[in-house]
Amino acid sequence: MSLDLPAKGCRETPVLKERGQREVFCGLTSIVWLHRKMQDAFFLVVGSRTCAHLLQAAAGVMIFAEPRFGTAILEEKDLAGLADANTELDREVARLLERRPDIRQLFLVGSCPSEVIKLDLHRAAERLSAIHAPHVRVLNFTGSGIETTFTQGEDACLAAMVPSLPATQARELLVVGALPDVVEDQMVDLLAKLGIGPVRILPAHRSAETPAVGPNTVFALVQPFLGDTHAALVRRGARHIPAPFPFGEEGTTAWLRAVADEFGVSRDHFEAVTTAPRARAQKAVAAHAETLRDKTLFFFPDSQLEIPLARFLARECGMRPLEVGTPYLHKELVGPDLDLLPEGPVLSEGQDVELQLDRQAAAAPDLTVCGLGLANPLEARGFTTKWAIELVFTPVHFYEQAGDLAGLFSRPLRRKALLKGGAA
Amino acid sequence: MKLTLWTYEGPPHVGAMRVATGMKGLHYVLHAPQGDTYADLLFTMIERRNHRPPVSYTSFQARDLGADTADLFKATAREAHARFKPQAMLVGASCTAELIQDDPGGLAEALDLPCPVIPLELPSYSRKENFGADETFHQLVRALVKPMPRTAEVTANLLGATGLGFRHRDDVTEVTRLLALMGIKVNVAAPMGASPADIARMGQAHFNVLLYPETGEGAARWLEKHCGQLWTKIVPIGVGATRDFIHEVAGLAGVSPKVDESGLRLPWWSASVDSTYLTGKRVFIFGDATHSMAAARIAATEIGFEVVGLGCYNREFARPMRAAAKAYGLEALITDDYLEVEQAIAAAAPEMILGTQMERHIGKRLGIPCAVISAPVHVQDFPARYSPQMGFEGANVIFDSWIHPLVMGLEEHLLTMFREDFEFHDEAGASHHGGKADLREINAAPAEVVEAAPETAQAVAPVEMPVAAGEPVWTADAERELRKIPFFVRGKAKRNTEKYAVERGVMTISKDTLYEAKAHYAR
Repeated sequence: MSLDLPAKGCRETPVLKERGQREVFCGLTSIVWLHRKMQDAFFLVVGSRTCAHLLQAAAGVMIFAEPRFGTAILEEKDLAGLADANTELDREVARLLERRPDIRQLFLVGSCPSEVIKLDLHRAAERLSAIHAPHVRVLNFTGSGIETTFTQGEDACLAAMVPSLPATQARELLVVGALPDVVEDQMVDLLAKLGIGPVRILPAHRSAETPAVGPNTVFALVQPFLGDTHAALVRRGARHIPAPFPFGEEGTTAWLRAVADEFGVSRDHFEAVTTAPRARAQKAVAAHAETLRDKTLFFFPDSQLEIPLARFLARECGMRPLEVGTPYLHKELVGPDLDLLPEGPVLSEGQDVELQLDRQAAAAPDLTVCGLGLANPLEARGFTTKWAIELVFTPVHFYEQAGDLAGLFSRPLRRKALLKGGAA
Repeated sequence: MKLTLWTYEGPPHVGAMRVATGMKGLHYVLHAPQGDTYADLLFTMIERRNHRPPVSYTSFQARDLGADTADLFKATAREAHARFKPQAMLVGASCTAELIQDDPGGLAEALDLPCPVIPLELPSYSRKENFGADETFHQLVRALVKPMPRTAEVTANLLGATGLGFRHRDDVTEVTRLLALMGIKVNVAAPMGASPADIARMGQAHFNVLLYPETGEGAARWLEKHCGQLWTKIVPIGVGATRDFIHEVAGLAGVSPKVDESGLRLPWWSASVDSTYLTGKRVFIFGDATHSMAAARIAATEIGFEVVGLGCYNREFARPMRAAAKAYGLEALITDDYLEVEQAIAAAAPEMILGTQMERHIGKRLGIPCAVISAPVHVQDFPARYSPQMGFEGANVIFDSWIHPLVMGLEEHLLTMFREDFEFHDEAGASHHGGKADLREINAAPAEVVEAAPETAQAVAPVEMPVAAGEPVWTADAERELRKIPFFVRGKAKRNTEKYAVERGVMTISKDTLYEAKAHYAR
């Protein structure tokens, strides 16, 4: 990798660890994109009315093609006896699968209430798998707020799939993390042009395309929040290719370069394949960098994308991060990004939202990246914000989206400059 | 355990948040795991509030469960008080914290905070959002209201408006104006807009106006019992209901019921001949009980629709809802399962739906126009402009918003006359709605020419429509004829024809059956 490293990166920067009120989603929210990505899967949350309400609110505009997720809402009688809760669950699952014969994978998703009453969804999944095999495979993971934050729901889901992936001795590249279809196609195309293959993807669109894993599998992550999945794959004998995450021209090139090195792709061939899309990405980013250059930036914790995004915004768009907050900091996964992020910003992990709001007000950044609960209140106080959830609901990875990614950050600033009406 | 895809109501602590967020000077400390803060965005995004809801969450995690979540609660409550210095505090638990039984009320009491602390017991596994709002307001009133002498002039409190309520902001303004026309001042409007200090002086009003029984009836009953304040039973949504409300208020306040109606336009808009086409349009109404019952009265007696379905999702109001439905010869649909509502709407094949955001989506799926009359609602139902549902201006707003989704009267006639026109056909949608233009190919041959086959055995074969055993089958010819009927009445025609056929034991519906049924049901 011939990256232009900063004099000093952020890998050794001490991390401000906070705990207090967390203004973040729980892991259940990941279902909002996972259920579209995996087309023969259904996500059944075993939880409360709050869980159902959260999914509805997080989905924003409800997805009225009948959603492939639902909530089995626990009622008083379920809390009274767990045996009854299991019987009830079996009945609801049977009814659901009868109504949706297209479903091949069913995920029982644990929630805060199901964890607190210790409803054993792992055993329930085994029991239900035995009942509904071979047509439907039943797995479980937790999306509970007491264990997971936002994107960790995807991590928990993929990690739950790893033990049951078929074994293989083949030398294959496994790309891990849910990407929008258009981006996934671009990535597969780039890897094919580089002559890298076969390429398998987790999660697959359909259960029939489920990848295999074994000691000759090498895997690359496209999302920084997949710590448990990483560990589960390593336990299956697969080897991780560490790399910066494929955001922006530089991140994408570094990611591809790491994979290409693993597969012995020559430097010339790499250049031949990547020169044109690199130039396109640089051009697209440059248009937005004019707006973003020298602007200060403050990240509230949200999706764990914060470190790689700060790296992209600092290095390719010329922004100055003041604080980069993230729910969890997996140094093993985001280490290469930390090396590239020039020293300077406060790195914070976890949250005490009131204290962080105090720091944000004192820092008075030009752009604040935060969740939906904070964005309008901060705008009303005169700050310019980018709501973070868009970053996981928009195609932002790899070369062709680099400009769009920069655009997500420049648009609020351009908009602020356009509006002359003032706001209360 | 009940499988739910979408819910009409959130959990009860969200109801408590609606009360707290609508108010000023109040803070709510909620024992809840991380993730429950999602509820903030309901207010900051859907309602576009420019302040965070006044709620502090304990955000406990799995590792806290073994240790001391009670300490976490106490620390959160203490810090929230120090930071926000509220006039009063609410304390309670969300669904998960309810299970760990930390008793937020007792813990907060032990802190001995220098402000009133009101504990909330909201059973998350049996009750829902409206109950939570009603109970929270009731507890606030119970804790804060002091008996005091009546005001010298005639005043009333307005009860029930909350954050995230459907048009609550404007209803409060409209009813305040209406009362002003009668010489009555508003003492306190609560919870929305009030502070705990305002709540404390509610006892000096002469009577109460209950705007929203779903979220204010508990408080109204308590105030009647403890402050001797009578309360209005009529919700002023619609022309008739507003006039009845004025009479009710006049009786309570001892003032004249004569008010200036010059701003009221619905009656003339409805009587003017352009509205003739609205006569007997079949509407299905579903929402919260108060708005649904009011909508049914407006639909039947002020617009001239036919109410073919009526129901609500809040079981607490099942009894009045059943009685109301009976008056229209209907069985009330009482359910919070939106799939059941969708089935009922599909079966009734109405020409229009008056409902919530759920019914708007159901309408989209079934191709039936829908106007929104009740929560839950989306961001677009919090309009920038003044658009109440109550009072005379509310009636005007309702006329406009119900008529807008429909195809206009003369356009409806033209569609019936020239339904094969390539750029003006029923599938293109109403011409005042954008985004649906779907021009047929200019050179495409009309359907009749392509399928000119006479009625042969083949043509009698069942076509497309799913047919259950024992149900009549449409001939291809009859089905083609059915397709020529504009979409907004096609559902009704199909249903009537099938009913007519079944009643007469006709198993094959021909073109003749279709027109015989049409004659039979002519009105």
